Amino acid sequence: MAVETTHMRKFLNEPAKVVKESLAGLAAAHPDLLRYDAAAQIIVRRDAPRKGKVALISGGGSGHEPLHGGFVGHGMLDAACPGEVFTSPVPAQMLAATKAVDGGAGVVHIVKNYTGDVLNFKLAAEDAADEGIKVTSVVIDDDVAVQDSLYTAGRRGVGATVLAEKIAGAAAESGADLTRVTDAVKRVNDRARSFGVALSSCVPPASGKAIFDLPEGQVELGIGIHGEPGRKRATLGSASEIVDVMVEAVISDLKPRNGAKVLAFVNGMGGTPLLELYLLYGEIDKKLRAAGVEPVRNLVGSYITSLEMAGSSLTVLELDEELIKLWDAPVHTPALRWGV
Amino acid sequence: MDAATITSWMHRIDLAMREEKDHLVQLDAAIGDGDHGTNMTRGFEAVVQALDADAGSSPGKLLILAGRTLVSTVGGASGPLWGSALRSGGRVLGDQPTFDGGALVNVLAAALASIKDLGTASVGDKTMVDALEPAVDALRERLAAGATTADALEAAAQAADAGMRSTITLQARKGRASYLGERSIGHQDPGATSTALIVRALQRAVTPAS
Repeated sequence: MAVETTHMRKFLNEPAKVVKESLAGLAAAHPDLLRYDAAAQIIVRRDAPRKGKVALISGGGSGHEPLHGGFVGHGMLDAACPGEVFTSPVPAQMLAATKAVDGGAGVVHIVKNYTGDVLNFKLAAEDAADEGIKVTSVVIDDDVAVQDSLYTAGRRGVGATVLAEKIAGAAAESGADLTRVTDAVKRVNDRARSFGVALSSCVPPASGKAIFDLPEGQVELGIGIHGEPGRKRATLGSASEIVDVMVEAVISDLKPRNGAKVLAFVNGMGGTPLLELYLLYGEIDKKLRAAGVEPVRNLVGSYITSLEMAGSSLTVLELDEELIKLWDAPVHTPALRWGV
Repeated sequence: MDAATITSWMHRIDLAMREEKDHLVQLDAAIGDGDHGTNMTRGFEAVVQALDADAGSSPGKLLILAGRTLVSTVGGASGPLWGSALRSGGRVLGDQPTFDGGALVNVLAAALASIKDLGTASVGDKTMVDALEPAVDALRERLAAGATTADALEAAAQAADAGMRSTITLQARKGRASYLGERSIGHQDPGATSTALIVRALQRAVTPAS
């Protein structure tokens, strides 16, 4: 696979400082919601720790903004641990975040299923347990493009992460205990599936080069969120044809009951405008109804991105009355806000 | 071999990672996400700084410090894996001021066991284990056959190189490259490549003339 030597056009001071400077900017923009602890490299909810409330933290490589720092605030995360671009954070960050947000009711770690994230969160959870903090961990693995078998690292965690953070965050805000908040994350992960497609590579700031070279007229099917290529390439068809592939991949794996109420999350990978995302949503809405499910809630926008990659992912979450209630509950974070 | 051997090993790894950074980035871009060279360079730069600030410790303590530093600076999978590996290796040496070839086998065997345990990988999965396990085996076998530590380490470095090249034809079963399925075949594994550099650095630290 050739690596393009495309020159990047990015707003940077020093490539090595892009994450820290971006986090400082996030804190400068939202001082009412969160603060940036530069020494620990974590984003913490302004009013943390909240006594008696179960706290939620997540983290992962940077380059997926607004995930995770943009979801810190009322009704969602209590802290986020951003690693370098596409590199998992280190255990010291998760330990510092866990200590900063623990209000005595325990802390839930929401971990996307990537080897690095899983290993670093595991070491951090052990350290937190040594310090007497109750920690539960849930690994999100909703990407149907990866076969879950002995021959892979398992399914990747993608779009369901955003939905799990919102829904479990609402449960924690309502006073649910550690077991119930942990269960909320697990339920979202169990009942959500995702599939992504890319129309271009992204350009990590450190290397300044595109990760892969996608010839004109081609589309990568089954991409992740780190610029890693998908499982196969296909000829770029119409939006309607691409949506057929996405809906079929997600629905055939999720196997929702007939007439199920679902949340359809049409996510942009960073380089695809809302103009196209809404076009995709229109197609997806029709095709989901044709597949026998009813999209009663949706989220359309770029919420779990891969730098400036052009592309989109579809996540379908099968809902029940409680999940709908938790989805609708007030949220106030930099990237998601309603009901407040 | 003593504390200076460990310090020299880490300095040589740091040098090798900086020299091969772009190559590792390229290998990782093909089947991963292109950050392996950057991460390993950042990690071993920090290790060298930490070790230079801690003169006078035993070889075991230095390895534990190096491992702790990797865990806290690298991120990704390589940080916890190599971090745990060096810590396990360091614990084998305890407080002893010097160590011989037999002890070195135990250090590397403990490091390998730690990587396999945490990463749940085996030979053939297209990971760092494909380079490290044959190196440990070669070191142990050559020493048992009466070779000098220097000769046994040369054999270990060559075995690591061969193991690294063997990953080209393998399909990845662990880590991010496994997402590619058959598309991972034909590419050399970046983790196995940096592992071969680490074994070669050890050989050079013990036999500086080579």
